Amino acid sequence: MSEFKPTNPVIRWIEHRLPIFSFIDHAVGSGYPTPRNLNYWWNYGSLAGIALVILIITGIVLAMQYTPHADYAFDSVERIMRDVNYGWLLRYIHMNGASFFFIVVYIHLFRGLYYGSYKEPRELLWMIGVTLLLLMMATAFTGYVLPWGQLSYWAARVITNMFTAFPFGETIVTWLWGGYTVGNPTLNRFYAFHYLLPFVIVGVVFMHIWALHRFGSSNPVGIEADGPQDKIPFHPYYTVKDLFGLGVYLTLFAALVFFAPNMLGETINYVEADPLVTPAHIVPEWYFLPYYAILRSVTFDIWFLSAKLIGVILMFGSTLILFLVPWLDRSPVRSARFRPWYKWFFWIWVFDVAVLTWVGANLPVPPYLYIGQVASVWYFFHFLVILPLLSIFEPTKPLPSSIGEPVLKGGGASAAGAASKPMEKA
Amino acid sequence: MKKLIIAAAVVFAGLQAGTARAAEDTDPPARDWSFSGVFGQYDRAAMQRGLQVYREVCAGCHSLRLIAFRNLEALGYGEDEIEAIAAEYTVVDGPDDEGEMFERPGLPADRFPSPFANPKAAAAANNGAVPPDLSLMIKARDGGADYVHALLTGYVDPPDGVELLDVQSYNLYFPGHLTAMAPPLSEDAVAYGDGTPATVERMASDVVSFLAWTAEPAMEERKRMGIKVILFLLVFTGVLYAVKRKVWAGLH
Ligand code: HEC
Ligand code: HEM
Repeated sequence: MSEFKPTNPVIRWIEHRLPIFSFIDHAVGSGYPTPRNLNYWWNYGSLAGIALVILIITGIVLAMQYTPHADYAFDSVERIMRDVNYGWLLRYIHMNGASFFFIVVYIHLFRGLYYGSYKEPRELLWMIGVTLLLLMMATAFTGYVLPWGQLSYWAARVITNMFTAFPFGETIVTWLWGGYTVGNPTLNRFYAFHYLLPFVIVGVVFMHIWALHRFGSSNPVGIEADGPQDKIPFHPYYTVKDLFGLGVYLTLFAALVFFAPNMLGETINYVEADPLVTPAHIVPEWYFLPYYAILRSVTFDIWFLSAKLIGVILMFGSTLILFLVPWLDRSPVRSARFRPWYKWFFWIWVFDVAVLTWVGANLPVPPYLYIGQVASVWYFFHFLVILPLLSIFEPTKPLPSSIGEPVLKGGGASAAGAASKPMEKA
Repeated sequence: MKKLIIAAAVVFAGLQAGTARAAEDTDPPARDWSFSGVFGQYDRAAMQRGLQVYREVCAGCHSLRLIAFRNLEALGYGEDEIEAIAAEYTVVDGPDDEGEMFERPGLPADRFPSPFANPKAAAAANNGAVPPDLSLMIKARDGGADYVHALLTGYVDPPDGVELLDVQSYNLYFPGHLTAMAPPLSEDAVAYGDGTPATVERMASDVVSFLAWTAEPAMEERKRMGIKVILFLLVFTGVLYAVKRKVWAGLH
C-alpha cells in the first residue's frame, strides 16, 4: 500500500504534529490492505459500528427529556412520544435500533463461526467480540427497564431475582436493588449503567478494531493472503461496499421504524409498571429469548444444586462458552467451505438457536419444555462434543493455493495482471 | 443463503407464535381500519363520533389521562370548539393566594379529568375491578384495535355450565371470558350529531378509531415521513450500488 502523503498544507501542518490523518488512512482508508474476496457477510462489522453510533446519538437526545424516577418515568416517555418535537421518531429509532444492533451482531458472530474467523491468530479479537456481546446485553437489559412499563419492571425483577440462586443471594439482590424490591433506586442505577455502558462498548470496539488490524480481516476461503495481489486497499473498495450495505440496512430499518415500530416489542409494556399485578407472561425482548429458554428448561435439582442455580449457570454459560470456541475447534481449516461436516453442524446449530428463540417465547410447559430441553442440550453438545470431534475426524477438502485462485478463475499469471491495475490506482 | 432465509423464516415464525400464544382465547377478527396499512390515515369523522362515545359512555368509568383538550385539534376541531369542549368540564386547580384549592372550568391546556380520584375509589365503584386508563389501550393489548372492537361487541350469554357472579359478564374475547365491565354499549346509547345511526357496531368502531389516535397521535406524520424516507433511501442505495459496481469493475 502507498505511504500516506497529504498535499494540502493545512493537513500537512496538522499531520506533522498529530498524525491523525494517517491514522484514519491506516484504519479505514487506502492504507489498510484488505483481502480482495470478502463477501457481504463481512459488511456486518461496520454496520454494527454504525448501529452503535445511531443508538448513542438518539440515546443522548432522549436522555434530555427522560425522567429516571419510578413515579414519572413512564409519563416522561409518553411526553417524549407526544409533546417533544420528533420525540416519537427518536424513541422509535432507539427502540428498534437496539433490535437491529442485535440482528447485525448476531449475523456478525454467526459469520465468524461459519468462516472460522476465531482461529489463530484472531482468538483475542474473537474474545473481545464476545465481551462486546456481553456488554451489549447488559446495556439492552438496563435500557429496557427505563420506560418503566409492566415488562420493564417484571423483567428487572425476574432477572435480578436469579441471583437468589447463589449463596448469600438475598443479600446480593437487596444490594443490587438498593432496597427490598425493585424500586426507584433500582431504576436510578439502571439508568446510570445504561448511560455508561455504551461508552465502555465504544472503548472495547476500539480494542476490537485494533486487534483486527494486527492481522487484518480473515476471508471466506480462510487462508491468509500470501502477497499483495491478494489484497486491495480498504478505500475505495470496501468503503463503497460498506456504504451500499448501509443503504440496504437503513432502508430495512426505516421500514420498521416508520411502519411497524412496535412489531418487535411486547404490547404490555405500554401499561405502567405495577408491583402488585404480575403479568401472565413475562417474556424478555426477542434477542434474549434463546437464553431465557435455556434458563427455564432446567426443571430438576441435581445433587445439591437447585434447578434455578443450574439454569442460571447454563444461561450465562451459553454465552461464555463462546470464549472457548477457538480451543474447542482445533480443525486446521478455517472456512466451512472446506469443512463438509462442520458446514452441516453449523446450520443445525443455527436452527437450534432458532428453536430456542421460539421456545423462549412460549410458556415452559409441554411440549415447549421438552423441545427446549433437547435444544438446550444440543446447544452445548455442539460446542463441547461436536467441535472437538470434528477437529479430529472430519475429512476436509483441499484448500485453494491462494486467495486469488478461486476469485480469478484463470489463476496464476492473469491474477497478477488483473490485480496490478487497482494497486497502481491506490 | 437459501438456508439462511429459511432460518430467518423459522425465527420469525417463532416470534409470530410468541405473540399469538398470549391470546389463548378466541382471536379477534381482523378488521380493515382506515389507519391500517402503509398509507392508512385516521378518519376524522369517525374520531369525532368516537370522542362523543368516550365522553358520554366510557368516561363514566375510564380515564384518558394522557390527552389534553388542545390535542383534539388533530380531530379537526377549531380553537373555539376546543375551548367550548374544555369549558364543559370542571377541573380542580390551586392552591390560590389563600392556599385553597378551587374549581374552575377546563381550559385547552388541561387534560381530561379522571372519573375517580384514585384507583381505590375506582375499584370501590366497580366491584373491585379498576377500569384501566384508555389513552394507550390500543397499543397495550395484543390485537390492538381489532381486540378492543371485538371486546366491545363480543358480549354473549355464557355457555351452559358457566356460572357468572352478578357483577360479571361473559365476553368472547376478554382473556378468561369473565369480565367486570358490564356491556358498555347498547343501541342508541348516544345520539350522533351527524345523523349516523348509533348501532353498537358503529359506536364500537368509532370509539376504537378515536382511541387508536389517543394511543399513537403521531402516526399520520410518521407514515407520511416514512414514505419519503424510504423513497429517498431506495434511490440513494441504488446510486451506491451503481458506484460500487463501477469502483469494483476494474477488479474482476
Ligand atoms: C361501568 C363502568 C365502565 C364503563 C362505562 C366502561 N367500562 Fe371499560 N372497563 C370497566 C371495568 C371495571 C374494566 C375492567 C374489567 C376487568 O378487569 O374485568 C374495564 C375494562 C376495559 C378494557 C380493558 C379490557 C382488557 O383487556 O383488560 C377496555 C379496552 C375497555 N374497558 C374499554 C371501554 C370502552 C371503550 C368503553 C366505552 C365504550 C368502556 N370501557 C366503558 C368499566 C367500564
Ligand atoms: C459492539 C459490537 C461490535 C462491533 C461494533 C464490531 C465491529 C467490528 C468491525 C468493524 C469488524 C471488521 C469488519 C468485519 O469483519 O465485519 C469486526 C470484525 C470482527 N468481529 Fe466484531 N464487532 C462487534 C461485536 C462482535 C462480536 C459480538 C463478535 C463475536 C463474538 C465479534 C467478532 C469479530 C471477529 C472474529 C472479527 C474478525 C472477522 C474476520 O476478519 O473474519 N464482533 N468487528
